[in-house]
Amino acid sequence: MNVLELLIAVAFMVGVIGFVSLFALFAIWMERKVSAHMQDRLGPMETGGWHGWSQTIADTVKLLLKEDIIPTAVDQPLFRMAPYIVFTGALASFAVIPFAANLIGADLNIGVYYLVAVSSLVVIGILMAGWASNNKWALYGAMRSAAQMVSYEIPVVLSLLVPVLLAQSLSMQKLVEIQAGGFWHWTVFSHLPFALVAFVIYFWASLAEVNRTPFDIPEAESELVAGYHVEYSGMRFAMFFLAEYANMFVVAAVAATVFLGGWHAPLPFLELSTEVSWIGSAVVGTAWFVVKATFLVFVQMWLRWTLPRLRVDQLMRICWKVFLPFSFANVLLVSLWLAVKG
Amino acid sequence: MSFTPVLIFFLGGVGMVFAALVVSRLLAPHRPNPLKNTTYECGEEPVGSPWLRFNTRFYVIVLIFLIFDVEVLFLFPWAVNLRELGLFAWVDMAIFIAILMVGLAYVWGKGDLEWIRPRGSSAGSAKGR
Repeated sequence: MNVLELLIAVAFMVGVIGFVSLFALFAIWMERKVSAHMQDRLGPMETGGWHGWSQTIADTVKLLLKEDIIPTAVDQPLFRMAPYIVFTGALASFAVIPFAANLIGADLNIGVYYLVAVSSLVVIGILMAGWASNNKWALYGAMRSAAQMVSYEIPVVLSLLVPVLLAQSLSMQKLVEIQAGGFWHWTVFSHLPFALVAFVIYFWASLAEVNRTPFDIPEAESELVAGYHVEYSGMRFAMFFLAEYANMFVVAAVAATVFLGGWHAPLPFLELSTEVSWIGSAVVGTAWFVVKATFLVFVQMWLRWTLPRLRVDQLMRICWKVFLPFSFANVLLVSLWLAVKG
Repeated sequence: MSFTPVLIFFLGGVGMVFAALVVSRLLAPHRPNPLKNTTYECGEEPVGSPWLRFNTRFYVIVLIFLIFDVEVLFLFPWAVNLRELGLFAWVDMAIFIAILMVGLAYVWGKGDLEWIRPRGSSAGSAKGR
């Protein structure tokens, strides 16, 4: 790898950090507005003018100016390390997410596998934060969070195996390429009903992965205050918050990539080939991809105001007794069909 | 194919958090006092050790997770090469999954997948052992 390639990779990484920060600012504002309007309220209306669009920018400045309190009882090294691990785990996932045909950090030949491995880092960071905080709320929140994240990882991985089987590859770009040529070629529609089942299981289980309603008992405000980040304040808390929204985007982006055609447009003529214009192709591809991912993020928010929180026993029952057998059966049926077809 | 961008993303993540904390350190006040630095417990003084004992279910769930996670690990290379390997590889994997499904059925039957276990069932499983 020469210096130019290195510089391009660094520039892309900086661009992704910028994108993640902007997306988090937008998504937090969007979440407030979506929840407000679904409850017949208005949400933030004052800051910045139109529908309080700069409310989250003001919040970020506020968090930046807040005192960073580290309680005396905490385990210092672990307490300080946790935000690094949580945020790095979230950011590292972006390295293999294809934004456009020519816009990807690293098109690894083990892309999906890398993604699954790296997203597990977040669990370690959360457990670390909960344990090091030396606080009862934090520890309970972290334990619940870890238990549900590891449990739901199995259905997530098994449903990701379905597109992998169809593409016979783990490379994220390859997974997008097989979905070229209009929305009826997208994995979710092209291999009914198996891919649709996999998509639904993936989306539900990924809600548990990012601790979203209906799987949000780790952060059940009414009983656990805030969960694993109770003791964090100021910028350290903001890093957890940023990582949470980055992870919401990652799971939505992965769903969009492997099931909903990635950067492909719904109709072939709405795309721009790299041969016509290199930059144009990157812009158009990224636009389609971000629209799809943001729509899925919107669905996550929509579900939050539609469904009640699940109890822990219901949560585990759904994972181990419904999702797990169904996703195994799904993988076996798809692979049988592929093996017979040859 | 190169893993260098992956390394750059890891360094970038660490750098981003570090930069944010440095900026906050420069701008934010820093006036700790003993009361402010106590552990948060709804305004009360913390009672007892925070490292509580918790439900052993968590441990059981992680054990079950470990088994299935390792199994999924084996599924990846199989899934990528299935088309070349054909029906024989599928039968192989079906047998492998079937064995693990027997394990799942066992755990299920024992009631270890129930978060809140009825009192009678623990006596039942003790008899089974």
